[in-house]
Amino acid sequence: MNARTIDRTLIYGSAVLLALWVIVPFYLIFLSAFSRPNDVFVYPKPLLPTDLSTETMQIFLQSTGVIAAVLNSIAVAVITIVLSMLLGAPAGYALARFTFRGRQAFQLIVLATKMFPVAILSIPLAVAFVRLGLYDNIVGVSLVHTAMALPFVILVTAGVFAGVSNELEEAAMTLGCSRFTAFLRVALPLALPGLAAAAIFTFVISWNEVFAASILTLRQRTLPALVLFALQQSPLYFKFAGGFFMVMPAIVFIFFMRRYLLNLWGGR
Amino acid sequence: MAGIRIENVTKMFGKQAALKDVSLEVKDGEFLVLLGPSGCGKSTLLRCIAGLEQVDGGGRVFIGDRDVTHLAPRAREIAMVFQSYAVFPHMTVAQNIGFGLRMHKRPKPEIEKRVKEGAALLSLEPFLDRYPSQLSGGQRQRVAVARALVMDAPVLLMDEPLSNLDALLRLQARADLKRLHREVRRTTVYVTHDQVEAMSMGDRIAVMRDGVIVQCEPPMRIYDHPASQFVGGFIGSPPMNFLGGTVKDGAFAGDGFSLPLGGRRIETGRQLVLGIRAEQIDFADQGLPAKVLVVEPLGSNALVTVMVGKTAVKVEAPVNTTVKPDEDVHLAFDLAHARWMDATSGNAVDA
Repeated sequence: MNARTIDRTLIYGSAVLLALWVIVPFYLIFLSAFSRPNDVFVYPKPLLPTDLSTETMQIFLQSTGVIAAVLNSIAVAVITIVLSMLLGAPAGYALARFTFRGRQAFQLIVLATKMFPVAILSIPLAVAFVRLGLYDNIVGVSLVHTAMALPFVILVTAGVFAGVSNELEEAAMTLGCSRFTAFLRVALPLALPGLAAAAIFTFVISWNEVFAASILTLRQRTLPALVLFALQQSPLYFKFAGGFFMVMPAIVFIFFMRRYLLNLWGGR
Repeated sequence: MAGIRIENVTKMFGKQAALKDVSLEVKDGEFLVLLGPSGCGKSTLLRCIAGLEQVDGGGRVFIGDRDVTHLAPRAREIAMVFQSYAVFPHMTVAQNIGFGLRMHKRPKPEIEKRVKEGAALLSLEPFLDRYPSQLSGGQRQRVAVARALVMDAPVLLMDEPLSNLDALLRLQARADLKRLHREVRRTTVYVTHDQVEAMSMGDRIAVMRDGVIVQCEPPMRIYDHPASQFVGGFIGSPPMNFLGGTVKDGAFAGDGFSLPLGGRRIETGRQLVLGIRAEQIDFADQGLPAKVLVVEPLGSNALVTVMVGKTAVKVEAPVNTTVKPDEDVHLAFDLAHARWMDATSGNAVDA
């Protein structure tokens, strides 16, 4: 065995380990979510999907509040996407195109907002939201999610716009475009796949966010808040079904966007 | 009909001056080349004409009789070819060429007609429905030129349009551009760092260095009468030879040689540099003593490097030259072809 073979064995070995570490829990959740409710308690578990059933998922989706919570979650996510793209994409564009005083500092501050744990912010936020009439309101939750997603959206869209050569926009400007129409006609269409990826990732951030959502709502629960709330009183199979339902959008997202994400983070 | 007039243009990037009080006039229909090493400000000057950079201070830019100093690029009636070509990747060749016409809201039949003409001018007809990613570098470059030409703007600006092509293609594209210019006669400003391109294409060359135009004259005039040591060294391949020395007793004395000044009146003791082109030097029985270092046969001629004292001098000799390395030779040349420069400033001395 030469050094190269050892190297390869190590690399592939670690890759397989990492993959298993991520895949095995997902797989077990999937198995339990799609077996009959009582099969969850069977030991030893069959590791192959021999006896699939949608019964557990049906029970989960039909329990009180789940459908409403799903709708709430979707509404919150959509508002979050719209707000964070409207606020974040222009900031990202500015970071990518212009050198302005305090550009470095701005980039740092954008990241620094990530340093505040939501746990610390949530109580004052709850108080403020009660005063503003935003408490137990999906708009309030959306605002918090927007604040959480913004640093990500700004930095990713900056990367996306930096990937669209400035000379393309300048060429459009010499051909009769204003700065704004040059952006609309050239930069925007070319940045669209990247912006879509940022939007979908924002969706996942909002969809998965549980802490702010549970603190700031009472009856207008989003799905994670509801599941967290229901966790203690619900049977095991319900938890698996909920877990599967929660994790699905992220997996679908990664599946469709993986090549783009690799470009985004590995390529630049 | 539009010439370009640039008056006292200064451009600062932070505390760095990219252009220092530059004035330049380009005649209507002229092909003017901005030539200089990277960082000399030639691209910045072009972008100031295009309106992609705003000039600082009181500088003014005129196109034709219009003061365009504060106009946006689209209002300046210019067309530009970029170094990266800047061909829009999400549009077909036809859409690329017609983009400017669409932005100017020309009627559809006219756009179609002019796109066809533009494509024909650059032999792009077979590729009209292709996307840029399906084209070679040379084809993309032609798309960029066609897109600029169909605008019928009186002024055409080109920023190193050939620098991304391989050597063979560049030769071809150079001739194509020159032919195009003869056909369309637009006022053209062409930026390059390649002195061969500048020599072969320009009606005039403006040589730039450190944000200043050091000489702006027709190519052969610049070649034969460089305004400074920098210009002589930048233009021509091989570059001009330079020999340093001092004026003493009516002669020019350098490292192991002395040349009569031939009636030129230059004060004794002045330090000068003699500039002479490689093709002006011959091997002779007497003259400047030198030692042959290398002989490089180049096909049409031989390039011989000799040492005059500690200075390397390039001599263009016939390809059948008999000189050999380490041989002691003598160099002869007509002083009428020599240029004298001041040793400290590097500027030509009119003696």
